[in-house]
Amino acid sequence: MSNVDLARLQFAMTSIYHFLFVPVTIGLGFLTAVLQTAWYRRGDEAYLRLTKFFGTLLVINIAVGVVTGLVQEFQFGMNWSAYSRLVGDIFGAPLAMEGLAAFFLEATFLGVWIFGWNRLPRRLHLATIWLVAIGAALSAAFIMAANSWMQHPVGYETNASTGRPQLNDIWAVMTNPVFLWGYAHVLLAALATAAVVMLAVSAWHLRRKSHVDVFGRSAKLSLAILVPTMFLAMFVGSELGVVEAKYQPMKIAAAEAQWETCQPCSFSAFQIGGGNDDQNPTKIIAIPHLLSLLATNHWNGQVIGLNELNAQYQQQYGPGDYVPNVFIQYWSMRVMAYAATLILFLGLWGLWLIHRGTLERSRRFLWLSVWAVLLPFIMNTAGWMLTENGRQPWLVQGIMRTTDGVSPSVGTSSIVVSLIVFFLLYLVLAIVDVVLMLRYSRRELPPAATEPAGEPPVPAAIQ
Amino acid sequence: MTLVNVWFILIAVLWTGFFVLEGFDFGVGILHRYLSRDEPDRRTVINTIGPLWDGNEVWLVVAGAAMFAAFPGWYATMFSAFYLALALVLVALILRGVSFEFRGHARSARTRGIWSSLLIAGSIVAPFLLGVALGDLLRGLPIGSDQEYAGTFFDLLQPYALWVGVTLVALCVLHGSTFIALKTTGDVRDRAKRLARRAAPFVAVVVAVYAIWTHVIADKGVLPNPVEIAAILAVVAAAWFAGQGRDGWAFTLTTIVMAAVIVSLFTELFPRVMVSTNGSATDLTISNTASGSYTLKLMTIIFVLIFPVVAAYQAWSYHTFRRRLNRTEFENPTEE
Repeated sequence: MSNVDLARLQFAMTSIYHFLFVPVTIGLGFLTAVLQTAWYRRGDEAYLRLTKFFGTLLVINIAVGVVTGLVQEFQFGMNWSAYSRLVGDIFGAPLAMEGLAAFFLEATFLGVWIFGWNRLPRRLHLATIWLVAIGAALSAAFIMAANSWMQHPVGYETNASTGRPQLNDIWAVMTNPVFLWGYAHVLLAALATAAVVMLAVSAWHLRRKSHVDVFGRSAKLSLAILVPTMFLAMFVGSELGVVEAKYQPMKIAAAEAQWETCQPCSFSAFQIGGGNDDQNPTKIIAIPHLLSLLATNHWNGQVIGLNELNAQYQQQYGPGDYVPNVFIQYWSMRVMAYAATLILFLGLWGLWLIHRGTLERSRRFLWLSVWAVLLPFIMNTAGWMLTENGRQPWLVQGIMRTTDGVSPSVGTSSIVVSLIVFFLLYLVLAIVDVVLMLRYSRRELPPAATEPAGEPPVPAAIQ
Repeated sequence: MTLVNVWFILIAVLWTGFFVLEGFDFGVGILHRYLSRDEPDRRTVINTIGPLWDGNEVWLVVAGAAMFAAFPGWYATMFSAFYLALALVLVALILRGVSFEFRGHARSARTRGIWSSLLIAGSIVAPFLLGVALGDLLRGLPIGSDQEYAGTFFDLLQPYALWVGVTLVALCVLHGSTFIALKTTGDVRDRAKRLARRAAPFVAVVVAVYAIWTHVIADKGVLPNPVEIAAILAVVAAAWFAGQGRDGWAFTLTTIVMAAVIVSLFTELFPRVMVSTNGSATDLTISNTASGSYTLKLMTIIFVLIFPVVAAYQAWSYHTFRRRLNRTEFENPTEE
């Protein structure tokens, strides 16, 4: 494998891993804040117990999320120095803003929240968890702005003497349509992820008839949030698809393995075969007009095929192959969409059970809900593969190719060593994290009685 | 003063803030076992930074990101040159970061012991390697005319750079012990004070050597740099106050020493950001690595608007948790 492949593998591994924790932090931070607000408003002890219970899961999750985020920030300079040198003028700015405006907020107030029970007035303490949630969501905004610039570069001019793109309009970067739709999509997916996690944990307890009154409430809350969030996430996702079809037509054509231009275009449910060497896969269950609708918002919209796009790009950027990995693109799109559909159906089923008043007793639903916890993580990972793989072979669309972005001074052995070290480290962290999450998810609820002063809120946050 | 200069200063400020704040966190990590007789002691020591360390670590993130935004050329060359060293720093910071959380959840004394060992190791390795990296910036590395690093991993391990690493670890130990003395009561506090008193003279020698060596390496003439003088005077004063058992003053002075050590390195570096051993024509400087004026202007506005707010709420969080900790708060009869 070349240095580029190794560096890509490392980036893929560390960012997929990091993003297992990010949506839980964003979503669960928000849900925990909602629970604590419910307790503050109504004085109902059940919500206090739920706040502490889910707060513990949040804190364990953040511990890994924060430290793996450090790797992300260092990695641009370490593995992608040519990229950093070329576009740091634009790409670095949102990262620095993220640290200043969001990460400080999240990290500082998380500490205050964990250790501030019984030390701060209730109202102020409630404000701290909201600041943590806001910090996490704000953090994602800056990261998405940076990422969206790579998908659709805006707000820059090219310096005539150095050839480097330089920022000249931050407003354009922050109103990039790819960013606006992409950010909303990520926030909604994060909220849905946390709602599924909360549903799964509640269902596990409900199946064992432990604290049915309390976990019944969290199950209902999670479903009430999950269904509208999932609907919106899918709607926003399809709008994002239209935006991307406009700026990155290759990405969308590859997601459908659409080699030839079509009008109107049908959508295949799945295919056998396919890939960059197989332009004639067997497409099964083609749904007429659906691709036209998804890519263009028009019943009879035209989608330009990969071959034609490739020819256009060759004319514009010189010889080369500009088609991303079609197999990954096709399947990541479907895995994402199908996982999302399953989650949505589960949520609708849950709402129906709430309507019938049998949610706490429906053993089949509760059993499925526990296992459904895997779905949002599969969905999120597939979503990122869709968006990042679809950008290839570009590192920054139309400006820099991935093969040109790698660090020229870093040797193959260095990348291999760090790749192996991070792989082993992340594996150990994943095992410990899963063990702890399962252990605390299965724990009895913490007592509602207020503890003696000075004791941390959540069992042994840092004891 | 141009914005390029301003950003060099801000980056120096961010690195200084990081080492001053995270410096005692590292010290607490290194010393949490040494200063303790049993688990309640260890919990007492760790809890002195419990609510604070995460916010402190963000200073490093912001320092790195600010380099990326303001001096992409510096960020790109430095981070790729220190590739393996930074990978190790990341491993150390990761292990250290999760061990705060995970050791609290450990069920057996043995698992807790493993996380404690990782906490200690991470707290030594991270400041040491970051010190080596900062030292190399000033000591000089082979850099090509394309601004890319042209050396190997072993070129990073130069005597001066290693000494900067040693200085920072030694300072973290002293800074951590004066912090623990300030934040605890009883036996733990006494042990921290004793350690500070005994370690201070040695640290003073290390810092003095650092200050002189830095001045010589920078080769900017015989006239002493006032910040280096301040570092030496402050470390001597810190040793004296630690000897007298004056917690507040000792901690104030170790704070000043840490700040002076980092600032002196940056003042000697200026206006260069990475010295090249291939001649001054290939030096990386603030002007040949900087972003365009639009980005610098934008970042300056953002910084001026947000940073005072950050400083205010971080200070407030320190104020909220200003109380000294006592081991009786952590004596939990159900465990151990």
